[in-house]
Amino acid sequence: MAAATSVWRQPSILPGFGIALGITLSALSLIVLVPLVALALKAASAGPADIWAVTTSPRTLAALRLSFLGALFAACINAVFGMILAWVLVRYDFPGRRFIDAAVDLPFALPTAVAGIALAAIYAPNGWVGSLLAPYGIKIAYTPLGVMVALIFVGLPFVVRTVQPVLQEMQADVEEAAALLGAGRWRTIFTVILPPIYPALLTGFVLAFARAVGEYGSVIFIAGNVPMVSEIAPLLIVIRLEQFDYAGAAVVAMLMLLISFGLILFVNLIQARARRRFGDV
Amino acid sequence: MSDAALPQFRTDTAQKRDTRRIRGEGVVVQAVLIAVSLAFLALFLLLPLVSVFVEAGARGWTAYKAAVTEPDAVAAIHLTLLVAGIAVPFNVVVGIAAAWAIAKFEFRGKNLLISLIDLPFSVSPVISGLVFVLLFGAQGYFGAWLKANDVQIVFALPGLVLATVFVTFPFVARELIPHMQSLGSADEEAALTLGASGWRTFLTITLPNVKWSLFYGVLLCNARAMGEFGAVAVVSGKIRGLTNTMPLHVEILYNEYMSAAAFAVASLLAGLALVTLALKTLLEWRYSDSIAASRRH
Amino acid sequence: MSVAVTIESIEKRFDAFAALRGVSLDIQPAELVALLGPSGSGKTTLLRLIAGLEQADQGRVLFGETDMRDLSLRDRRIGFVFQHYALFRTMTVGENVAFGLKSRPRAQRPEPAEIRKRVGDLLELVQLPGLDKRYPSQLSGGQRQRVALARALAIEPRVLLLDEPFGALDAKVRKDLRAWLRDLHRRTGHTTVFVTHDQEEALELADRVAILNDGRIEQVGSADDVYDHPATPFVCEFLGEVNKLPVKVVGSQAFFGDRPVLGGLSQNQGGQAALYVRPQHLRIVDDLPLALPGVVEHLRRNGPLRRAEVAVQGLAKRLDVDLASQVAPAIGERIRLRITHGSLFAAA
Repeated sequence: MAAATSVWRQPSILPGFGIALGITLSALSLIVLVPLVALALKAASAGPADIWAVTTSPRTLAALRLSFLGALFAACINAVFGMILAWVLVRYDFPGRRFIDAAVDLPFALPTAVAGIALAAIYAPNGWVGSLLAPYGIKIAYTPLGVMVALIFVGLPFVVRTVQPVLQEMQADVEEAAALLGAGRWRTIFTVILPPIYPALLTGFVLAFARAVGEYGSVIFIAGNVPMVSEIAPLLIVIRLEQFDYAGAAVVAMLMLLISFGLILFVNLIQARARRRFGDV
Repeated sequence: MSDAALPQFRTDTAQKRDTRRIRGEGVVVQAVLIAVSLAFLALFLLLPLVSVFVEAGARGWTAYKAAVTEPDAVAAIHLTLLVAGIAVPFNVVVGIAAAWAIAKFEFRGKNLLISLIDLPFSVSPVISGLVFVLLFGAQGYFGAWLKANDVQIVFALPGLVLATVFVTFPFVARELIPHMQSLGSADEEAALTLGASGWRTFLTITLPNVKWSLFYGVLLCNARAMGEFGAVAVVSGKIRGLTNTMPLHVEILYNEYMSAAAFAVASLLAGLALVTLALKTLLEWRYSDSIAASRRH
Repeated sequence: MSVAVTIESIEKRFDAFAALRGVSLDIQPAELVALLGPSGSGKTTLLRLIAGLEQADQGRVLFGETDMRDLSLRDRRIGFVFQHYALFRTMTVGENVAFGLKSRPRAQRPEPAEIRKRVGDLLELVQLPGLDKRYPSQLSGGQRQRVALARALAIEPRVLLLDEPFGALDAKVRKDLRAWLRDLHRRTGHTTVFVTHDQEEALELADRVAILNDGRIEQVGSADDVYDHPATPFVCEFLGEVNKLPVKVVGSQAFFGDRPVLGGLSQNQGGQAALYVRPQHLRIVDDLPLALPGVVEHLRRNGPLRRAEVAVQGLAKRLDVDLASQVAPAIGERIRLRITHGSLFAAA
């Protein structure tokens, strides 16, 4: 790497490019890339027939459906409430605002296993929230609803934290311009203030979604893990692994990765298009 | 031009309605939105956090103390500290190297490199553990060779460290890259023209410039390293007293219906989370201008 | 279309800072008025008050006979061009211009076809025909500025307000747009108020200039008025370069030391005063009464003019003198200067 030539990089008087890039690439390859390639190889080694069988088995499909639809649902909830939260935190002043602002990051800091057992305890039929809902026949813990609750928890900060800075930097003058041109407050909000926020909102949505799709720790305690009903895809990988079905585990893992990467790529393309058109967002 | 065209009406509220409505919502709308936000946070964040401490104390102080001082719990605490103690410094070194290469130089494939560094963020923790089992497990690519040479990676400390490093790989680089990029290279160039060596320039100029975002990155990296569950669950084998980290210990206790003990150990992790949050918030308040704007994790 | 604007003893504070302290100004229908002043003088605050973007603590703003506060923002119909344009970046140029029309209540809203036609006409007017499908990020600074103007004109404003309309543009574009705006105003005849810190821009463009300093209006008048007959030393200094001479007025003459330098003073004020003289109001003369002797110390070329710095005995600062380019004294030459025009202010 130290021999990187000028075709590959622009000259600089700063030293250390070779060693810095060398460390980065070595670590990246050993820790991230080689293992992921091994995963792809293992999945491929299963052979077309087995791959097809694993992919189309009802249990796999049910687990993938729950993970992706659950993540989608949770990301939608987080998009709506995250947007409101970001708006409230940026625009309004109320006692405890800074405390609330700091608390939003809790899901980043709280270990998922801790969140998992805490959510399970609260939303169980005899828990603080669960016992309020039980008389109405609503069960959250140990059902797909419980999965959603956990996924909402882990994805909550993403939308707030991506939308907040954009909302903060928004200049007052466009709002004033809209008001002087005769637009009412709601029209101003929906046609002038929110559209420039959408790319950030989309980014937050995708981050929350990607996180929720792969989430394991906070879900398994509250999900009940009933095959075909409340069993998420990452858990299915663990189960396959415990049965020493390495290839099966690898196939499910590859499916998850491919779908996730495809979605992320798609969203990045939308973002790039928006950036070209509207300037920096 | 006639003034007759101007509507002639006067309302008592006209004046109030005036400027405040240009940039704000009515008091009622504000109150509703604030209430909705608080309710949402209470339901999904605050309540779980509070419940951890309430459940942990449910059986009283003695039970709590017993739960966190029994040998398996102590072993889990030691193991967690050990794993984080190896994984975090490793990621600090790699993160600094990556940030130096990416922020200070222009080279082809830079955006690809950034994307690859971020890759672990979009990989399920379970998959992060799985890949190492596939490589080093009994039936893995290197399984036979490792067994022949009597090296244990999976279901042992090296596996836990590898999985943790994988999961926390982007944290330090993520915070450093945007900050270093925004600072540019002028300071370093000045130091070099004044005769400082490259190493000295890095230690006396670059590192102090980015120390707060480095600390910020370390903080987040450490929180994730100590709290990681899915990835280590797959590679650990969950041998009590040997390969059980704190989060895994919580799981085992919980599954054995030792709820109070599980929450007691969990409360230690929750305490760690609160300390992390407090430090993080403090950093953001005091050094917000010197920590880069990018706050995605 | 246009309407008179009357500003009555406006006071405005921001916390401890008094932004405006008793400002009154009458603006005639179809007049083009500049609010000129250094930063912090309160000119932008005054403009935002006229627009209703700020509320006065005291005083009121009348549109014709109507107190502005009795009108909703929409009914005020104020065309406001923001300093940084405030274009809606997620809307095309055409959508930006159409925004005000589309925001009207349904009953008053023109048909879509009518809106399209109006947008086309306005873009024609601001010389940007055919750019309606572009986004603001794809335009140059000067083009954005004209889109902002078209957007403001679309609501058929009673009053057009412009905040530093050329502030963010480079020198060449500024000059072009200045002439163009003057022409546009002549054709459309909106009552127009614009804020600037550039005295040249204000003098060239406005029918009348209001000079603000420290929250007060120092003087209002035509360009000739304020330039040639400044009411205060501040106005005199702010509008252009000026030499200051301490003088003593006796009878109808002003004396520098014991030498008479300016005669024919009508007002018999007497005593110590400061005489403010612009560089172009000093002329090299042969020995005549009322002349000031001095020595040429520096010569510089200044565009079509020649700038001489002349040392005068008894004066610490050299006098700046603008000479026609063919008049060329040598450095070190002893000359005599005659003051052709000056403003006299009583010594503080």
